[in-house]
Amino acid sequence: MKYLHLIWTDLFRKKTRTLLTVLSIVVAFLLFGLLDAVRVAFTVHESVEGASRLITSSRLSIIQPLPYADLSQIQHVPGVEAVAYANWFGGIYQDRKNFFANFAVSPNFLDVYPEFLLPQEQKHAFASTRTAAVVGENLAQRFGWKIGDKIPLEATIFLAADGGNTWTFDLVGIFRARDKRDRGQEDQMWFRYDYFDENRILSNGTVGWYVVQVVDPGHADNVARAIDKLFANSDAETKTQTEKQFSMDFVRQMGDVGLIVTSIMGAVLFTILLLTGNTMSQAVRERIPELAVLKTIGFSNQSLLWLVLAESLLLVALGGITGLLLASIGADILSAAFRGGAFSVGGQSWLTGSVLMLLLGLSVGLPPGVRAMRLRIVDALSAH
Amino acid sequence: MRWLLQIKEITWMGLTTIPQRLGSTLVIVVGIAGVVGVLIALLAMGEGFQAVLAQAGRVDEAIVLRKGADAELNSGLSREDAVLITQGPGILRNPGGKPIVSAEVVVIVNLPKKTTGSDANVELRGVGPLVWALRTSSRIVEGRAFESGRRELTVGEGAHSEFAGLEVGATIRLGQQDWRVVGIFASGDAHESELWGDAEVVQGAYNRNGYQSVTLKLTDPDAFDTLKAALSTDPRLTVDVQRTRDYYATQSEDLTRLIRILGVAIAAIMAVGAVFGALNTMYTAVSSRSREIATLRAIGFSASPVIMAVMLESALLALLGGGIGAGVSWFLFDRYTVSTLGANFSQVVFAFKVSPQLIGNGLLWALAIGLVGGLFPALAAARLPVTVALRENA
Repeated sequence: MKYLHLIWTDLFRKKTRTLLTVLSIVVAFLLFGLLDAVRVAFTVHESVEGASRLITSSRLSIIQPLPYADLSQIQHVPGVEAVAYANWFGGIYQDRKNFFANFAVSPNFLDVYPEFLLPQEQKHAFASTRTAAVVGENLAQRFGWKIGDKIPLEATIFLAADGGNTWTFDLVGIFRARDKRDRGQEDQMWFRYDYFDENRILSNGTVGWYVVQVVDPGHADNVARAIDKLFANSDAETKTQTEKQFSMDFVRQMGDVGLIVTSIMGAVLFTILLLTGNTMSQAVRERIPELAVLKTIGFSNQSLLWLVLAESLLLVALGGITGLLLASIGADILSAAFRGGAFSVGGQSWLTGSVLMLLLGLSVGLPPGVRAMRLRIVDALSAH
Repeated sequence: MRWLLQIKEITWMGLTTIPQRLGSTLVIVVGIAGVVGVLIALLAMGEGFQAVLAQAGRVDEAIVLRKGADAELNSGLSREDAVLITQGPGILRNPGGKPIVSAEVVVIVNLPKKTTGSDANVELRGVGPLVWALRTSSRIVEGRAFESGRRELTVGEGAHSEFAGLEVGATIRLGQQDWRVVGIFASGDAHESELWGDAEVVQGAYNRNGYQSVTLKLTDPDAFDTLKAALSTDPRLTVDVQRTRDYYATQSEDLTRLIRILGVAIAAIMAVGAVFGALNTMYTAVSSRSREIATLRAIGFSASPVIMAVMLESALLALLGGGIGAGVSWFLFDRYTVSTLGANFSQVVFAFKVSPQLIGNGLLWALAIGLVGGLFPALAAARLPVTVALRENA
């Protein structure tokens, strides 16, 4: 620690060069932080509630509906706690660009999704109003909706029984995600399945998918198999997966986001390694006579190695921490722009980032450090 | 003329000393190669996706969907609707006098991806008997076309390469039925990601009574307006009529824009880093040559050739880097095939497309980074006080 001043002075002996190097490390870690935030956003994180939920959909095709009659059969499968169901609506609010998820849900839907909080009196209102709808807080803010508003949705799949294309719902409640990190999931609108089913003229008496809550998550696989066995060889075979598996399949279909992100990060970090490595070896080369003097006045080989290593670690840390801080700010801006609140530079990214800084600092500082260590005083002093 | 000669001389001198500062020179080259490589790879992905959908569309083809449906998946047309549409004006007829139309059913089926082994959504399209006359770009490359009334599939080349079990002669189980793969077709567009079978058979297998869309060939591109007017005013129909070119262009719009924004944003951030790297390199270059430059100034070279030469050196190195980056991303990614979820909630297989125009763009970025990175060191070189620089110990 007592050499901090020495290290600091050495580091800034060529201000422009150090500054430029630090700035490019800042940029690299800014990019690392942002990309990692995107990667995390695309990684399915498993919630405690999610582990006990299974999704049962049609084996034929994700768009194929299942008979409503399956409900009571699934309820009687041993190990099933509760069964909810939903049906995709795909309605458009004013403009196609305003996309958000909207679907018809069973009365007990909120019970199987306890991570969403809806005030008690709003729950009652949802149960007592046939045309009721509830939306997430994020979505309500996006369109400036208040309780009591009438929300018209243009149907893309389901024409209403009166032949109209527009379904109008009464907003009776606004739900919140219990965990702030899940704000992205507040971008949905739910309305009542019974109203929806009576007023559509297509696929009546069917549901899009069942959500099965199991008593013991440890037996989820067995329950899933039991459900699928019930409907094997029927007209509507089912495919039951854990919620995580279901989302993972979906994300995987978007393409290999992880691979793309990792390759970009690889390219960036390799470049930075080269850049800082070059700076450090230059810095050490210029200081050879000084290092020789330090040796002469009694510094051991090892302490010289440490001095150089400390310098390069400091250089990388200065840039890296600044970069990650900027990335946190950037992720907030990004979240605001995408309205999902889904991007953030979390602890995991900081941890990976720190490890990267350490590795970068060591691999950059080691070669010139070893060189400083092996310096022969006489040669070094006489060279100049 | 003498001015140009001076620039040439100084630049040449600079370039010949590069081997002595290889490390720092590498920084500018590799840094810029990284930026250009990432930029081109990402944009090539966007272009490829756009191209595969754009090629599926034509001006002399129209697609009819139920009003309000933005993709075939959301649409639904009854058999009566399909008959009415087929009777519309302006539809080209084949030599036998039949209108060239295909009333189609789209079903999403699950097939395992070859790369991950996990299930992905694939479009099974039930097509009409005249589909080969309608989509003339689709041709059989292996096996034969499916036969009407049989559970046979002709699969697109993209689907064949991306999903497991689609070899000619193989049997795949979709739902509760076995289908035989009898052929592979190529079309160079989004349809290559699909499985084609007889519409009637697909309807039967999936309990469907109607269709999702009707695609038809127009007698000529101008016939579109007549057809559209006739179908939209028919009180028995509630449909939207679009040219397939417009329909498929809309489908690629969102994703293409997203990729483009992402690509440019990431490359821009990287470019800032590369500028710092370039500045660093060129400052080092200038300071290691300060005596030389001072000598040149002392024997009569003026300041501007020195500036030009430093910028030229930086630009050349940048272009070299840009070229390497473009080359690497062309080598790695041109025609690299991937797939993603398209508008019909099913996989669209497409290939990255590294076009000459993209490479040109990448080189322009490289040049810009090089010039910015060279400017300040060049000015510093010109301002070098001659006497001080000469006296300095190198």
